[in-house]
Amino acid sequence: MSLPSKNGPSAVTTERRFAPVAEVGAAALALIVVGGIYMASYAPRRAPLALPIVLAAASGVLVLASIVMLARTKGFAWDKFFLVGRWTLLSYVIAAGLIEFAFVRDHIRGGPLAVITAMLVLFAVIVPLIISFTVARYQSARGETA
Amino acid sequence: MTDTKAELSPQGPAADLGPPPGAPPRPVIQIVPLKGLPIVAVVLAFLVASIGFNWQWGLDFNHVAGGALWTGIDLFVGLVVGPILGRLSIPARAEFSARFMPKMVLLMPTLVAMTLASGFQLALDLGNLKTSSPNHSWLIVSFIVVGVMAIIALSILEPANLAVLFEMRKPRPNGEVIAKLMKRFIYTAGITGLMQVATLVIMTRVASQ
Repeated sequence: MSLPSKNGPSAVTTERRFAPVAEVGAAALALIVVGGIYMASYAPRRAPLALPIVLAAASGVLVLASIVMLARTKGFAWDKFFLVGRWTLLSYVIAAGLIEFAFVRDHIRGGPLAVITAMLVLFAVIVPLIISFTVARYQSARGETA
Repeated sequence: MTDTKAELSPQGPAADLGPPPGAPPRPVIQIVPLKGLPIVAVVLAFLVASIGFNWQWGLDFNHVAGGALWTGIDLFVGLVVGPILGRLSIPARAEFSARFMPKMVLLMPTLVAMTLASGFQLALDLGNLKTSSPNHSWLIVSFIVVGVMAIIALSILEPANLAVLFEMRKPRPNGEVIAKLMKRFIYTAGITGLMQVATLVIMTRVASQ
C-alpha cells in the first residue's frame, strides 16, 4: 500500500501482503507447459496420456486453489481485476482457440484432443488470472487510498 | 482496456487529489493501442490461413519473420534497452515506458503466436518431429526453451508490463511501484533474451541438418 505525498509521486511505505495467487498460478501454468511439451514431443504419434492427465489435473487443483485464495482476499481492487480479466480472458481464449484449431487441423482426435482441450482451457484461465491479479494488487480498492 | 472515461476515473480519495501542483504534464496512456488491433487481426488471419491451407510460403514467412522479430526485439530490449533504462531517472523511465510498453502489449504476443504456431506446423510438415529425424531431439530442446520462456513471459513479464501501465495512469503514480515492476520487466526480458540465443543455436542447427 502506498501513501500519497504532496510533492510528487507517492512513496511506498509498506507493501501489502497478498496470498500467493500469482505464484500458484505460475506453478499451474508450468504444469500445463510441461504436459504440452510432453505431448508435442510425441507428435505426430499418439502420446501416452497418463502423465498429461495427471499434470492437467494437478494444474486444475492449483488453479482452484488460487481462485479460492483470491476470493478470500479482502479490500481488493475487484473492479480493476475484472476490467483486466475480461479483456485478457478474451485474448487468451482466442489464443487457445488458435492452438486448438491447429491440433484439430492436424487430425488430433479422441483422448489426446480432450486432454489438449482441457489444458488449453486451463491455460486460457490461468494467464488472465495471473495478469489481472498482478495489476489489481497494485491498485486500491474502491474507497481506499491509492 | 480501452480508453474510456470510466476507466480513467479516479478510484479513491487520493486519486481525487489529482496530480501534484507543478508536476509536468504526463502522456495519456492507452493500455492497448486500438489502432494496432486491425493489424494484429490481419496477421492472425494470415497465420490461420497459412496453417489451414498448409501454405508453405505463408508458414515459412510467419515462422522466419515472426521468429526474427521476436528474437531480435527480445535481445535488444533485454540486453540493450533494459540496462540503459535501468540507469535512467524514474521520471525518464516512466516517460519512456508510457510510450514503449503499450506497443509491446500488442507486438510480442502477436510475434510469439506467428512463430510458434507456424513453427509447429512446419515441423510436422517437414517430418522434423518424427523420432527418426536428426532434428527431433533439437526440436524437443527448443520446446523446453520456449516453454520456460513462456512461463516467464506469461507469469512475470506480461503482468508486470500491464501493472506498470495501470500504475502510470493514476493521477499520482507510485514511483517505487513502477521502479519495482520495471526492474522485474527488465530482468525477465534479459533472461528471455539470453534464452533466445539458445533458440538461435537450435534453429540454425535444425536448418543446417
